[in-house]
Amino acid sequence: MKQLLDLCVVACDHLNERNVLLRLTSTCAPLPHCRPGQFVQVKVDGSATTFLRRPISIHFIDTEKNELWLLVQLVGEGTHALARLQPGDSLNVLMPLGNGFSPVQKPGEQVLLIGGGVGIAPLLEYGKYLKNNGAVPTFLLGARSGCDLLQLPLFEKYGPVYVTTEDGSQGEKGFVTQHSILQRNSFDRISVCGPKPMMMAVARYARQSNLPCEVSLENMMACGLGACLCCVEKTVRGNVCVCTEGPVFNIEELTWQI
Amino acid sequence: MANLNVNIAGLQLRNPVLTASGTFGYGVEYADLINLADLGGIIVKGTTLHPREGNDYPRMAETPSGMLNCVGLQNKGVEYFCQHIYPEIKDLPTQVIVNVSGSSIEDYAECAAHIDALDNIPAIELNISCPNVRQGGMAFGVTTEGASAVVKAVREVYHKTLIVKLSPNVTSISDIALAVEDAGADAVSLINTLMGMAIDIEHRRPKLSIQTGGLSGPAVRPVAVRCVWQVARAVHIPVIGLGGIMTAEDAIEFFMAGASAIEVGTANFIDPTASVRIAQGINQWLDRHGCRSLDEIIGCIA
Repeated sequence: MKQLLDLCVVACDHLNERNVLLRLTSTCAPLPHCRPGQFVQVKVDGSATTFLRRPISIHFIDTEKNELWLLVQLVGEGTHALARLQPGDSLNVLMPLGNGFSPVQKPGEQVLLIGGGVGIAPLLEYGKYLKNNGAVPTFLLGARSGCDLLQLPLFEKYGPVYVTTEDGSQGEKGFVTQHSILQRNSFDRISVCGPKPMMMAVARYARQSNLPCEVSLENMMACGLGACLCCVEKTVRGNVCVCTEGPVFNIEELTWQI
Repeated sequence: MANLNVNIAGLQLRNPVLTASGTFGYGVEYADLINLADLGGIIVKGTTLHPREGNDYPRMAETPSGMLNCVGLQNKGVEYFCQHIYPEIKDLPTQVIVNVSGSSIEDYAECAAHIDALDNIPAIELNISCPNVRQGGMAFGVTTEGASAVVKAVREVYHKTLIVKLSPNVTSISDIALAVEDAGADAVSLINTLMGMAIDIEHRRPKLSIQTGGLSGPAVRPVAVRCVWQVARAVHIPVIGLGGIMTAEDAIEFFMAGASAIEVGTANFIDPTASVRIAQGINQWLDRHGCRSLDEIIGCIA
């Protein structure tokens, strides 16, 4: 069930120049149950130019500490305002929203999770879920440079982590679709989140390899509830809202030219 | 506690707060977050005779204190609405009003006739003011002749409360309001969005897929208040005010300008509980000022 909550900032850690990790908690009740791949809409106060809520994927849920983690890339005024939050501040959050990634299909299922840039965010929670439910996640994370790779030790808790960087400063040089793991290992399916060109490249690889593949989209949205019809994506069923029928789609549902 | 009951030409509302078409889905999208029984009514998404896919993405751009949209009336058509959506919403604990749109006079009338047959829909809001559809909506709403012709055709086939939603993108909104009153409208609602545009300067292209869109949010509120004030002075039918209402105080402005009820639109996107919060706030404001009913302030600005 969707809830509108005033969450309390536990910490706002600057992971590097362009990314912060926001840890939020609910002081009065347990956080609502969330599925991996779902997202939240946060309200950014204090500026006429940050009028709408900002959709942010759920990075991690720490059930023991009752914490919601959001990985925020500093892009515009809204995300910069979020990065200025201090412990003890309040943040209004609408959650959980969207469909989320696929559940485990069979015991021992080998799932490759591919992330690029801040698109790695929802894969941590998904990796945790897969490992805790009898599947075997492997992470393939891409970035421009080694200093852009975030949260690697956390990912390593749930499965092997492979890395590509465009400048070759860490892991294999190049794009995620060029990583040797794709040749060496066999996977049952792929889930991917990142910049659209990267997701399209992975989708192309998946289709050529006959692998089921789901992508997590981040179309611009207003309400997050399926009311405004702004965030639509073309699918084989016509235009659908990314906020309610996504953000996760099987690539066979989409009309991407791949 | 003040009396918040409102009667709009036979349409009974328990309070003067409606949710604006296209900002509240079919109501059920918000049912987790608010009690729909706390609303005067909901105006559901624009419905057309035939299904419409709407415009391409991107359909939205955030602007200072507002947003542009060019959704383009995406909906599954009136037959789908009657068969599949109406059964889901007909027993909601509030008044359900359907926003009707079209691209020809015949389409409007046929669509309205379908809705007329639905027992639990006590009113329609005729959208002659959508800026996002070529040869649609707004083409009729920007001339007195066009507006009059659509309303007359719908009036012949529609027998319940007929609200006509007006465009602010005209030289004289009062003239259009008088024309639709004369053609048989029971009430008018205003304003629909103001036509606007935003440009992505880095890529040198419009931010919206069809270049222009409709501006909503508090950025348009002073324009809306002015339009409501002008129209309320000109016509004898009830006026429903909308345009950037975020708080109860904003709503009070519209009542003072002459509105008998208001619609909450874009605010639903930022605060899904806005409509209910505004209804409660209106009540508190009236109590605080010793008013026993809304009638004491409606149109108090001469």
